[in-house]
This record gives sequence, C-alpha cells and structure tokens, in this order.
Amino acid sequence: MSELTKLTLAEARDKLRSKEVSATELTQAFIDAIDASNAEINAYVLTTPELALQQAKESDKRLQSGSTRPLEGLPLGNKDLYCTEGVRTTACSKILGDFTPTYESTVGANLWNAGAVMLGKLNCDEFAMGSSNETSAFGPVVSPWRRKKDGKLTTDKLVPGGSSGGSSAAVSADLCLAATATDTGGSIRQPAALTGTVGIKPTYGRCSRWGIVAFASSLDQAGPIAKTVRDAAIMLRAMASHDKKDSTSVDTPVPDYEASLTQGLKGLRVGVPKEYRVEGMSKEIDKLWQEGIAWLKAAGATIHDISLPHTKYALPAYYIVAPAEASSNLARYDGVRYGLRVPGKDLIDTYENTRASGFGKEVRRRILIGTYVLSAGYYDAYYLKAQKVRTLIKRDFDDAWKSVDVVLTPTTPSPAFGFGEKTGDPIAMYLEDIFTVTVNMAGLPGISVPAGLSSEGTPLGLQLIGKPFDEATLFRAAQAIEDAAGRFVVPDRWWEGAGKPEAKRKTGSKSK
Amino acid sequence: MQETAPKSKNLIEGATGSWEVIVGLEVHAQVASNSKLFSGASTGFGAEPNSHVSLVDAAMPGMLPVINAECIAQAVRTGLGLNAQINLKSVFDRKNYFYPDLPQGYQISQYKQPIVGEGEIEIDVDGETMKVGIERLHLEQDAGKSVHDQHPEYSYVDLNRSGVALMEIVSRPDMRSAKQAQAYVTKLRTILRYLGTSDGDMEKGNLRADVNVSVRKPGDKLGTRCEIKNVNSIRFIGQAIETEARRQIDIIEGGGKIDQETRLFDPGKGETRSMRSKEEAHDYRYFPDPDLLPLELTMEFVGELEKSLPELPDAKKQRFMREFGLSDYDANVLVAERESADYFENVAKGRDGKLAANWVINELFGRLNKEGKGIEASPVSAQQLGAVVDLITSGTISGKIAKDLFEIVWSEGGDPAEIVEKRGLKQVTDTGAIEKAVDEIIAANPDKVEQAKAKPSMLGWFVGQVMKGTGGKANPAAVNEILKAKLGL
Repeated sequence: MSELTKLTLAEARDKLRSKEVSATELTQAFIDAIDASNAEINAYVLTTPELALQQAKESDKRLQSGSTRPLEGLPLGNKDLYCTEGVRTTACSKILGDFTPTYESTVGANLWNAGAVMLGKLNCDEFAMGSSNETSAFGPVVSPWRRKKDGKLTTDKLVPGGSSGGSSAAVSADLCLAATATDTGGSIRQPAALTGTVGIKPTYGRCSRWGIVAFASSLDQAGPIAKTVRDAAIMLRAMASHDKKDSTSVDTPVPDYEASLTQGLKGLRVGVPKEYRVEGMSKEIDKLWQEGIAWLKAAGATIHDISLPHTKYALPAYYIVAPAEASSNLARYDGVRYGLRVPGKDLIDTYENTRASGFGKEVRRRILIGTYVLSAGYYDAYYLKAQKVRTLIKRDFDDAWKSVDVVLTPTTPSPAFGFGEKTGDPIAMYLEDIFTVTVNMAGLPGISVPAGLSSEGTPLGLQLIGKPFDEATLFRAAQAIEDAAGRFVVPDRWWEGAGKPEAKRKTGSKSK
Repeated sequence: MQETAPKSKNLIEGATGSWEVIVGLEVHAQVASNSKLFSGASTGFGAEPNSHVSLVDAAMPGMLPVINAECIAQAVRTGLGLNAQINLKSVFDRKNYFYPDLPQGYQISQYKQPIVGEGEIEIDVDGETMKVGIERLHLEQDAGKSVHDQHPEYSYVDLNRSGVALMEIVSRPDMRSAKQAQAYVTKLRTILRYLGTSDGDMEKGNLRADVNVSVRKPGDKLGTRCEIKNVNSIRFIGQAIETEARRQIDIIEGGGKIDQETRLFDPGKGETRSMRSKEEAHDYRYFPDPDLLPLELTMEFVGELEKSLPELPDAKKQRFMREFGLSDYDANVLVAERESADYFENVAKGRDGKLAANWVINELFGRLNKEGKGIEASPVSAQQLGAVVDLITSGTISGKIAKDLFEIVWSEGGDPAEIVEKRGLKQVTDTGAIEKAVDEIIAANPDKVEQAKAKPSMLGWFVGQVMKGTGGKANPAAVNEILKAKLGL
C-alpha cells in the first residue's frame, strides 16, 4: 500500500509544491486505498474517482504553471450532508433516495475553488442524528481503531463516533487527507476524539450553512476533521467565508490560522471549569485532563479554576432545541418534490407511508420529540425554557471570558465503544455529547485534539473552547497539546486489502 | 377585543328584535416587488407553471431564506400609510403544517413580533366619516397553488407563487355593516396603491380578505365569530357578510348556538359553508425561524422612507378642498385613484379648480366609463383638457362649443386652440357683429317684438334665434345685453 496516504495534509501540500509527487499520483493512491479498504471501514457511501482524477489533472496543470491555489491537488472526503452538484447526496437517509443536487454547498465550493480534490461522499448518522454512526441508512462505519485486551488487539468492531463517523474513520484510516464534517452537538469533536484525529467546530456563523442539509439550524456548523492541528487550521481557513446566502453567517475576516500555530502560549489564560467533573467520569479521563493542564502550563499558559454554573442544564436543553428545529427542518421531506415517495390511498396516507419508511428510528424519535415540545400548551414549558437556559449558558461563558482566554475540558466522558453497546439506550448515547453540546448552545468555537490512549489502547481527546471568532487561539493552544502528547496513529492497519471492494462500491458521476 | 366604533345604526331585523353585526378583516395584500420575500425568483404574474421557482422556493435540501430588503421597505411604507407603529425589531417565525403546495412544510410568517403594530384609517360611509383600527401588519410567504383539474388521479403543484411576499393587515372588529367593511377594503386598497406597496388587484388574487363575522343584540357582549376565508372581491365581501350574519341570526333565534369555525363563501350559491371546526384547527407549532436573525430596523431607515412617502388620499382630499374649493364629494371622487388625482391636478394647476373638476368628473370620467377605459388610457391628456378649460375661461368658446371641442380632441386628437382657430369655433364677442344679427332678427319678427314687450321671458326665443344665426358662436352674455337694450326690456 502506498505510503503517500499516510502523509498529513501539510506534508502532501509541500510534496506537491516541490513536485516530488503529482496530484494525480496522490489522488490515485487514495482511490486505490479506498478500493482496498472501504468494504471494511464503510467510510464512503459514494466514491467519485473520475471526478477526483479530473480535478487532480487540473491541479497538476496549475502546479506546473505556478498558478497554485491553497489546497491544490489535496484529496479530501466530503460528508454526505454537504450537497454536491451532480453527485448524489442523501444525508445517509433513505428518504432522499438518489437525490442529486444541482448545486454545491458554499463550503464545498470554497474547497474545490481552493484546488482540493473530492474523493467521494462520507458516511454519517442519518441527518447527523447520532453519536456512533450507527443510524446511517448505509450501515455503520467501523473505526480503524481496535481495543487491546491483555496486550493483544481484539477484533470487536468499535464505533468511530458520530455523526461525522465516516469523516473521522476515513481520516484516521488514511482514506483521505482530511474531511469535511458538521457539528450540531459534538458531531465533529466526539468522533475526532474517538479516532485520534483533530476536529474543530468553528464559531456559529464562521462557515456558511448554505447547501448543507439542515439538522438544527441554530446549532449546525461546518468544520473539518484532520490528522493534525496544522491540517485542521489549513482546512478551516479554506472552508470559512461570509456568505450572503446564509443570513446567519458572519462578515468578519478569516485569519491565517496556520500562522498562529507558532505563536506560543505565553500569557494565555486557561480556564478549567469544575462543572465538567461529572459523576461517573472515568479516572483515565480525569488523568488525561490533568495532563492537558500540565502541558499547557509548561508551554507558558496560566491555569484558572472557573465556574460555568448552568452546564448541567445544557444537555437536556439541547435535546429540546435540536429536535424542535429538526422536526421543522425535516418537514420538507414529504415525498412530493424529490427523494422517496411511497404512495398511499390519499395525501395523508402518502405522507405517512413516505416518512415512516424513509426516516430511521432515531430520526423519527427526534421528530416526535421536536413536534411535542413545540405543541400548543407545551411550548412555554419546553422550548421557551430551553431557550432561556441557552441564554444562561451563553452568559456563563461571557463571564468566563473576563478572566480566561480558553477553556479546557475532556471531549468525551469515555473512549470509543463497541457496536450496539449504546443503541438500546438513547440516554446513554445522548450522554456522549455532555461535554460538547454547551459549545453549540453558546455558539462558540471548540476543538478536540488527541491527548492520549485509554487503558484499552483507544484514543482520547481534550477539548478547548474559545471566544467567538477566536479560532486562532484554539489552534495555538491545541498545537501545544499536540506537541506534548504526540500524534496517535492506528497501530495495526488491519483494514488494508482486507475486503473485496467492487461488490459494495458505488460511483457517482459529476460533470462541471 | 375592544370596541371603538360608535353605536351602530346598521341593525338587522330578526324575529326576536334587532341584531348588530360585528366585522373584522384580515386582508392579504401581495407586496409590490420584483422578487420574492426570501429568494431572488421573479414575482411576475401569468408565467408558465413552475417557471419562477428558485431552489429556496422549492425547499431543496440545505437552502436558506434571505430577507428581501425591498419587501421590508414596502411593509414599513404601508405601516406609515396606515398611521401605525413601526416596530424596529420584528421576528420571522415558522408556521408548521403539511400541504403539497407548501414545500418547506412551514410558512415563514411573523407571529408574536410583527413589523407593524397598531394604526388606524378613516373611511367614509353614507356621508359619515369613521375610524377603523388596525391591529397589526405582518409579512409572510405565500404558498404555491395546487391544481386539481389536469389529471384524473393526480394533483399538480405550481410553485410560482410560493414565497411571494404578502402583507397581512389585521383590522380591529370595528365595522358594523357590510357597507363599512367594503368601504374599509376599498380605502385600504386606495392607500396601498397610493403608496405603491401593492397593486391591490383582486382579480389576480393580489388582494384577498378573511372576514370575521359575529352578531349580537346591541349592548350585549361579543358573540362567537366565524372566519370566512379568502374572499376575493369587494362585492363578495359584502355578500359574504350579509349571508353569514343572517345565517348566524337564524341559528341563534332558532335556539342554537354558533360554533367557532372557518367557513368558505360560495358566490354561486350565495351561502357560506363550513371548512373546518375549531377542533380541526391546526396546531401550527410556531417558533422563531432559526435561519433568520431578528429583523432590526434603524430610525434613520424608517425616517428616510417616511420622507419619501407620497401624499396620501386623506391629505390630498383636504388639500383639494382647500386649494381648489372643491366639494367633499368631488374631492372624494378625484382622490379615489392616485392617477385620477394627478390628472385632475394637472388640469387644475393655474386654472379654476371647480371648472377643472367639473370637466374631469363629468365629461372625462363620464366618457371613460362609457367606453370602459381607465384614466391611464384616456385619449385626452391633462394638457389638452387644460387647454379646453382655458378656452372656456378666456371666453374664446362657449360651454356648448367646448363639449363639441372635447369630442373632437377625444376622437381626433390635436391642440384644442388650433382646432378652434382652424374650424372657426371662436365665440363672437364683436358687438357690431352681434348687433347686426340682432337687428336682422328684430326686423324680421315685428310680431314677436310686440309680444316680448308684454312678456319679457320671450327674450329666450330671441337669444335662441341669434345663436342659431351665428352658428352658436356668439357670446351669450353679449347677446342678452344687446337684445335687452334693443327690445327696451
């Protein structure tokens, strides 16, 4: 198997620019790797090799002529929540059927205009609703990571986190250099933490939501999952933009995040919130947190105990706001204009048949919850109260920013879990988001950076939360953790060449 | 609900006594704008089905609404024209329900915080002026159109209207008769047209009303109301109210009670019928649309719009009465349409206002009505009519000749002064010429001269003869004077 796929995005960029390798060679290496591995990992729900090679050819021309763009020739995976012009987009739901958009998401367009190459569409939880990628209509994604038991790797299938499980698995299994992802309650950071990758959810409004299938509009944000902090910084710079087509996107300049990585932590004030020490949190997570504190301190930061008193209300409030918005956002999937239609004896019957067979169990659950909390007589008690909690959570952080610049917490309460371990208990699954949802509720940027391994030999992540639009500081602090903790690559590449690819592979075409 | 209207004289007689009808209206007016409320698609009328549909209007996955600033300006202008509170902060909500012509599965509307709050307008009914309160004005998206007659099994959907901006203008229940409600809608439409914020074209469905009707015995508390949906002409609004009031009175007098429900008016059958009951009412699950930030306006923005507002009908009417000495009635007729008022003003400028009003209302409007033409299609321009008025005022032509001249200008066009010159229509004011004509008549009719001495009213006969002799061109005043002198009257 080619060593090229093991490169980081920054390394590959340098090799392309120094012409050590061509974009076509690099792209072909990924196409081969996906062919050889996707049957095992199931990270891609659709590959677009013809399109990728076509883009790579254009990149090679530009690399030759010197008109090189920031991401020239770098192969990426694209979460299937992102609409892609001429390429099937399903949000990993049956209800969208073979829906093929006539338009490209703004973030996607930003990436391709920056020279990036699209390898295909990545698996995710259906409509991004899940924390394990087990709700996908295309089946679960298998984490390249395996648990160690008595010093030996087991063959139990672990989840890669969710909802961006295809993105985290593809990046950690070297099936792309980096990937797009989305985060509504932790869907970038939790899968990054569970796979030893870096994931950043930027400030709400930093990236355009235009052309990304909506889950919960006031919480959804696009962001990257990448192998290193530097790679994530390069990706976010290309993805972010002000977009007049998204009224909630913010017109503020996008800084050169990569340049901020070397600025050091001298004088940085790091807050450690006591409320994140939740009941039942494992000792190894606590230990990891203490290590993170020590690393930042050693890098020149000062540590401050802080309080974010309304943290405990964040998760329940999130599970009111997010389903409420989702219940309305998903009303458009009615079988009338596009996607699945299951005819019935009349209109109502057609709606019911279509939506009952098109949506999976978790999506139906959330639509029901959302419909309930918005209903007459319940709105004030649930939705309105949850919005008030949200205001209080924001205020907690506003207060914190008076004394600290970033907040350090664990990303997840526990390491990666096995298939089916939490699917029977929605509350247990929802608790995966306990450290991440506050960030979405407050609209803040948050980054997860790998910081260690669990006793089972699987990755664990630390989360840094920043001030609005201060992603640069997050990258800087995350770089210090990465420098101290090192990178975490999967020790055993069991998935390579393990499966027959052709049987499951689907290809899309794209003409532009 | 509050009552602001004076005690009604418009009572309806029932078997058990007199009844008062209470009417409130929700008028939906399409905002005059080139593109839709949240997308760049055209609002053009009469296009091929589904040809004015953007990705947003069709609710494709990942599409987001963006507020059209012109629609906001139009709503603010309308609010100002209704003497209403402009809310500097308003919020767009989602009204959730499923229907094939509603692609998003929700209508974006304003629920708790509309862009315009309380206001009022004045209406004239039977020579009396009364105020009708405006409760609010909010912006919302129109839905598409379901087409049921194109296929034996399927219904089709046309999304051209989907997302077009509507203003919903909600009145107070201040009206006490069908006539008042009709006057209210008429006045509202006039204001919208003056402002240019809606063409108010009911035939195209650009203005339609939901009519709330209840009845009570005078002095009683308000009765249960029924809402009659989507009434699309002023005539039907009147009929619907009368029919519905009568239905309710009959039910109550028969010992029944009114169920709060939504009804439809069938103009063919002249009846209203139930559409859905209160129990069947949707739970719309309103909540603020998270795709749109709250709409915040500055005082400057509102101030600029206020400065650029045109003169509105009430103010114009007062000014016409003051400046041109017009009667209340004439002023009302002239200001009903902005185009008529402008036409009149162009004719009246620097001339006798009353004379101008007579010519515009009696001659021009009369002729336009006869031919079913609007003022904008008038073959006689304001400049031409002004020239006719000038010729009358200067005594160049008589009123009678002026009517002939108007007829010539109407059908042939041309400069009225030139026509008068070329065709010799000038009034004869030369006393010598008139005296000569008078002398001839007197000489030829000695018997009549004798009769006139005994009966002075015979003068009319002589005037007629002189006019006949001069081809109607003699100045009647001069003829009178000379005749009186010569006949010794």
